[in-house]
Amino acid sequence: MRHHLILRVVSKMLIPFILLFGLYVQFHGDFGPGGGFQAGVIFAAAFILYALVFGDDQARKVIPDKALILLVPMGLLIYALTGFAGILLGGKFLDYDVLSSDPTQGQHLGILVIELGVGITVAAVMISIFRAYAGRTKAIDKEDW
Amino acid sequence: MIEALISHYNYWLIIILMMLGLYVVVSRGNLVKKIVGLNIFQTSVFLLYISLSKVSGGTAPILTGKPESFSNPLPHVLILTAIVVGISTTALGLALVVRIRESYGTIEEDDILIAERSQDVSERNGGSA
Amino acid sequence: MNLIVPHLPVLQVAIPLIAAPICVLFTFGGHRKLAWLFTLSISWICLLIAGALLSRVVLETDISYAIGSWPPPFGIEYRVDPINAFVLLIISGVSAIALPFARLSVEKEIESDRHVLFYTCYLLCLTGLLGVTITGDAFNIFVFLEISSLSTYVLIATGVRQDRRALTAAYNYLILGTIGATFFVIGIGLLYMVTGTLNIADLAERLKPLSDNRVVHAGFAFIIIGTCLKLALFPMHAWLPNAYTYAPSLVTVFLAATSTKVSVYVLLRFLFTVFGPTYDFVNLTFEFVLLPLAIVAMFAGSVTAIFQTNVKRLFAYSSVAQLGYMMLGVSLCNIPGLMATILHIFNHALMKGALFMALGCVVYRLGAISLGSMKGLGRRMPWTMGALTLAGLSLIGVPGTVGFISKWHLILGTLESGYWPIAILIVGSSLLAVIYIWNIVEVAYLEKETSREQTLKEVPMTMLAPLWVLVILNFYFGIDTDLTTRVARNVAATFLGGG
Repeated sequence: MRHHLILRVVSKMLIPFILLFGLYVQFHGDFGPGGGFQAGVIFAAAFILYALVFGDDQARKVIPDKALILLVPMGLLIYALTGFAGILLGGKFLDYDVLSSDPTQGQHLGILVIELGVGITVAAVMISIFRAYAGRTKAIDKEDW
Repeated sequence: MIEALISHYNYWLIIILMMLGLYVVVSRGNLVKKIVGLNIFQTSVFLLYISLSKVSGGTAPILTGKPESFSNPLPHVLILTAIVVGISTTALGLALVVRIRESYGTIEEDDILIAERSQDVSERNGGSA
Repeated sequence: MNLIVPHLPVLQVAIPLIAAPICVLFTFGGHRKLAWLFTLSISWICLLIAGALLSRVVLETDISYAIGSWPPPFGIEYRVDPINAFVLLIISGVSAIALPFARLSVEKEIESDRHVLFYTCYLLCLTGLLGVTITGDAFNIFVFLEISSLSTYVLIATGVRQDRRALTAAYNYLILGTIGATFFVIGIGLLYMVTGTLNIADLAERLKPLSDNRVVHAGFAFIIIGTCLKLALFPMHAWLPNAYTYAPSLVTVFLAATSTKVSVYVLLRFLFTVFGPTYDFVNLTFEFVLLPLAIVAMFAGSVTAIFQTNVKRLFAYSSVAQLGYMMLGVSLCNIPGLMATILHIFNHALMKGALFMALGCVVYRLGAISLGSMKGLGRRMPWTMGALTLAGLSLIGVPGTVGFISKWHLILGTLESGYWPIAILIVGSSLLAVIYIWNIVEVAYLEKETSREQTLKEVPMTMLAPLWVLVILNFYFGIDTDLTTRVARNVAATFLGGG
């Protein structure tokens, strides 16, 4: 896609804002609409856009496949370990109240960490799904665009 | 009668969508189209949950400190989970379609059935083929 | 101890759940053997937890666990009573016995770079099945059902190395399984619409004054159809034969022994705990839907099995017939009938586990599973074929085996309801089982081996040992029926008395 100057410039400008918006949705999730699922998808959308415009090979340099394989279980582990932390601190599984001395603080902290785990896994899974398909077919010829 | 139809229009739309989706799954021979149908079918269920959570006059369920009536947020959360399930199903289904296309050379159900039947027959005749 | 004992219900699900992402990490460096060892130890831990839970609920009272300390009707509750503790024990027990057998079988049947991910999927499937069983929340059942189903589709598709038809089998199961799960979730939504609760115990309370509500009837119908699709009751069994036939051996063993049983459990839960036979529409369903379908399933499954040349598919069709027995027991709606169902959930897991494991051994040596390729195998692989024959006897229901125990109670149940012609039909369909088992015995023992079979050796001890453990259990629980019948009677009485 070397010839598509406008597309390249526009997406280069857009991608940082998409990432920023993803972070906003992620961390504002316990005050307003948002959360890990949505943020993860928005975050992944930025990387997928990058891969679409600059090519899959270039995108693989940004996030290598190995990093994805690490990130997918990492988010789930963050989630599950938060659950176990509730048990260790004397509450039930996934009990946020005990995470901090003040239950309300604990709820805030708990949901923040959980959603972070969700966000990481969702973003990594979305990019992996995209790659699983994109990596299988040959690149489209330049004439066909 | 008419009033009953109109005041429950959301349910009618959901039922139509549901039947459309199911019909596409059953009637289409193309494996990708079947998955599209499955998606429509699942979406109708999402809408069913979302529309039953609406409280008339209610706002978005965000606590502002003022006493307000707001819609029931629980079905939204349930459906968030169901959407994730739906996405996983779609992704997995399409991945299977890609693999089927690679090993059968087609994604039309009829052609696949013919190929499988001939494989069955050759197995039956060849014994341990 | 305080850290573990009160949290056993959630650990039962959380341990395999957290094990799955850890297992993925074995891909770095490709530690195939470690992944297997890890999965094996997790299975045994699950079995220990299930045993502890069962002994606690049988000796003491039911356990309720509130996830995140949200009190039950509002938050998700894990609820353990004798029936689901029993099913938990079956699931984790089968997994614990099947995994020692798995290493060589998986080594042979799946590409080596996929092993780690295969075991990850297996752990997720285990998580899902355990979760469906233990949870006391209706929507949570759906979520866990989908976790187990999605990983099952992947597990079935890994059979592609043996036969490309594994892909289409997985695809068809995906379509039908998703339709089933979606029907289930529509039903839950309709019940939620009228009751405003998702907790099963609470749902049962709130449905009591609503027996004439049409939304409740519709929700009930959707749930029944959805679960019947998942458990492959006769006209909805189309996905099962191919899925069992083309899946890798370990997956077939595990699925045949657990996944449909879990769906039967879900059905029992809704029929008896949530609704209960006091509702007219539930009784009508028993009499006019489940009973006829169960009888047709018994015969359709067995008759189709007789004409199969692929032995794995033969036993898959026989599973359809066996599910017919289970549903017959449910539809009789009396104590012996229900006992028969609960016993058969356990007994069928034992015999189908053993049968498919024996077939896994045959695949390990032969690479094929058609009747024609098994000529004279009884002389070449005496231990494998011996186990197959003994488990086959149990499938027929010969006295002294577990198959006899469940059929005995089933016949008692039909007689108690006054349906004596059905008792004759049960005996008749058992005779059909004699025919297809004989087909295999005849080929394996009486036909002359070809040159190809003469070089065959018996499979290694690590595969034979789990197989024979299952075979011996088939006979042990066929003779010493005290434990199983006590649990079954206890459960049946609660279902019919409390419902």
